[in-house]
Amino acid sequence: MADVTVTAVPAIDAAKPKPKQRIPFLVWCGLVWIAFIIIVALFADWLTPYRFTAYDLRNRLALPFHPLHWLGTDELGRDVLSRLIISVRISLLVAFGATIISAVLGTLMGFLAAHFRGIVEQVVLMLADFQAAMPFLILALSVLAFFGNALPLFIGLMGLYGWERYARIARGLAISAGAQGYAGAVRQIGAAPARVYLKHILPNIASTLIVSMTLTFPEVILLESGLSFLGLGVQPPMTSLGNMVGYGREYLTRAPWIMLAPAFTIVLTTLAVSLVGDWLRDKLDPTLR
Amino acid sequence: MLRFLLIRLCRAALTVALVVTFAFVVLRMSGDPALIIMSVDAPPEAIAAFRKAWGLDDPIWLQYLRYFSAIGQGELGQSMRDGRPAMQLVLERIPATLALTLPALALKLGIGIPAGIYAALHRDSLMDRIVMVTAVAGFTVPSFVLGLVLVLVFSVQLGWLPSGGQESWRHAILPVLTLGIGGAAVLARFTRSAMLEVLGQSYIRTASAKGVPWSRVVRGHALPNAAVPTVTVVGFMVGSLIAGAVVVESVFSWPGVGRLLVVAVANRDLAVVQCILLLVAMTMVSANLIVDLLYGLLDPRLRSGAKAGAH
Repeated sequence: MADVTVTAVPAIDAAKPKPKQRIPFLVWCGLVWIAFIIIVALFADWLTPYRFTAYDLRNRLALPFHPLHWLGTDELGRDVLSRLIISVRISLLVAFGATIISAVLGTLMGFLAAHFRGIVEQVVLMLADFQAAMPFLILALSVLAFFGNALPLFIGLMGLYGWERYARIARGLAISAGAQGYAGAVRQIGAAPARVYLKHILPNIASTLIVSMTLTFPEVILLESGLSFLGLGVQPPMTSLGNMVGYGREYLTRAPWIMLAPAFTIVLTTLAVSLVGDWLRDKLDPTLR
Repeated sequence: MLRFLLIRLCRAALTVALVVTFAFVVLRMSGDPALIIMSVDAPPEAIAAFRKAWGLDDPIWLQYLRYFSAIGQGELGQSMRDGRPAMQLVLERIPATLALTLPALALKLGIGIPAGIYAALHRDSLMDRIVMVTAVAGFTVPSFVLGLVLVLVFSVQLGWLPSGGQESWRHAILPVLTLGIGGAAVLARFTRSAMLEVLGQSYIRTASAKGVPWSRVVRGHALPNAAVPTVTVVGFMVGSLIAGAVVVESVFSWPGVGRLLVVAVANRDLAVVQCILLLVAMTMVSANLIVDLLYGLLDPRLRSGAKAGAH
């Protein structure tokens, strides 16, 4: 066995010479922005110049580049920069949480469908069809109408977004992996199904799932900010990027910076993640559209 | 073809049934509707009367069956806030929404598809780059940001167009633009990749190798084949005519279905929410059915029904 693998590895490498490609400039910009945004979210408490709820009543509606408030203040004199930093943290928390929930749920459903086939598979595929056929915003709004919008519940709800994509990918890949030698071999040795799927098949399909997560992430950010913009997502006094835009809209004529600062942050972040996602897809998995 | 149609019809009915079940389950899981509608400190007799009137004391399966048959008869309950039939409230709003979404759909199709085809045929040209950059921007800029920026430029700075309301056709320009630009970008990107995939096929190479003029290769071989995936996206856009403007209607205070939905969600007006949910499901399902019929016309291989599951 050991001999076979040792000789096989260089053979594969020789068959597929991979030219070392440079990372395109735009993708670099995207990566830098993502790193920056994550650092801001992680160290939000140290970075905010003021508490995000603190009033500065003498400097209400201060213009950007004010010596005390770099991005200006809103009509209660709250520092826009501080609010922006906290909003980035909340929006990223929701988006990361939702993406992970959705990926885990979807992959699990896909594996269940691939393992049991038959009726389980039909039910999973039917649910996936249903999810794909209904606009998610409408489903999310109806759930919010019935349950209200506590933050953990909201993250859970967002976590239903896009699960059907992971389920379809995981099911398809797990079925084809089951037909390949390695999964069969492990099963022959007597490994339990959970071990076969989690320790052997999952690592083999992980790159496709990660690409899929990167491509879904910006959509989750857009969805969260859309719902919060409508006043139905993250609730005050907590703040998120969409929430800030919705609030800043009231002061569009007098203080457009309250709205523009979070709006630019949303656009830059989704743009950066999309660029990196497209690049990763081309790099890792050209079969995924 | 008949078999294909029947399968599709069954699946459509199943989807609608699933939506009804979804609404019922969510409604019942959210707690006692009587306590949600009435305030907590309402007198117990009032709550009991409410429970009796809405049949909340019966076993759950009976409630489910009754719910199903009521919806089958088109009874969707009354708005719990102002007592009018929910269906009527929603139907009143549809013309206003269509006044935005139909022109927007025309804009998406009129710009998105030609731009995508052109970009694919002139790959890596300047125009292709411009189309792609615009398409990525159109995807990453959320509609409420685009809408507000348009208001900031055209209403606040230039004063050319009104920023909200529904008094004249001029009020519709900015919302239609907001909806149309984003959708056109998505459609252009999609059409381009569908075209590129088809252009890379061997039958295209065969056709041009045997001397067919390029314009005929494009019209006769490339476009019909690229139409199949594009029709799916267009079908989704047609299906969201009713409820595709939730955010944009809110930005421009446009009194359509989307605005009604947001207000109903905020007020927890469950009958209205559930009515809109069902209406959207019906529209989506009908649009999908039409798409499936078009598939049959566009792709003869699907007519036999043998590949009905593989789209």
